[in-house]
Amino acid sequence: MNLTRISGTNKKHRVTLYALSTCGWCRRAKDLFNANNIEYDYIDVDLCVGEEREEVINQVQKLNPRVSFPTIQIDDSVVVGFDEERIKQLLEIK
Amino acid sequence: MSVEEFSPEIEQVYEQLKKEAEEGGYHLNPDKQFTLRLIQGLLTNEKRFGYRACPCRIAWGEKPKDIDIICPCYYRDSDLEEFGACYCGLYVSEEWIKGKVPRKSIPERRPAKFAIEGYSESKPSDQTGQVPNRLPYPVWRCKVCGYLCARPEPPGKCPVCKATKDRFERFM
Repeated sequence: MNLTRISGTNKKHRVTLYALSTCGWCRRAKDLFNANNIEYDYIDVDLCVGEEREEVINQVQKLNPRVSFPTIQIDDSVVVGFDEERIKQLLEIK
Repeated sequence: MSVEEFSPEIEQVYEQLKKEAEEGGYHLNPDKQFTLRLIQGLLTNEKRFGYRACPCRIAWGEKPKDIDIICPCYYRDSDLEEFGACYCGLYVSEEWIKGKVPRKSIPERRPAKFAIEGYSESKPSDQTGQVPNRLPYPVWRCKVCGYLCARPEPPGKCPVCKATKDRFERFM
């Protein structure tokens, strides 16, 4: 699974974003992380093919049985959908 | 955040969808930048798959498996009713526009099974068996908006929500 790392000065939490390249809410999540200099890993699942796609969908399913996007893992917590308040709370940002 | 530029094609589709939505009593999301991004996603999916799969759902690229999530999706009207916005946020209600309901991403209504295996038809309801066999024409139901019409074939395009013919089911 090829995650892309976006560097940031805020490395306080381990953040992984499972996204779709076409999704407006996934984009909002990326924008929020970028605006707050959060370091995060992400993968656009719709751009994956073959075995990688299967692997990443299985991983998303483990975190979020509905396999919906964005699915965001912040340390040991999982946020389903762009729940801005919850994301900010977990990332300790305003 | 800088304002993105969108191609004339995306702007054109935006104008067309806006017109069709308003004619049918629907509203596009007034956050134009957000809406243009979604339309960009719809057009990306149209180029990939040949149809406008929801930009916020994982599509299979096989029309029968994705038929329920082709925009406008089968879940739009229920989501508008319950949350004031559809799942991706392209369509919103008047209450949403007026700020009377929270403007945020909403829970997924599509059964998880469909996300994993693709769409499958539910068994026809028993109600159809109770209708006396006296109808001069079959009744067709648009699975997107519920529009009903009685005629030999479903219409080429739903006059209310513009869904295509293949998204009609025989209702009775």
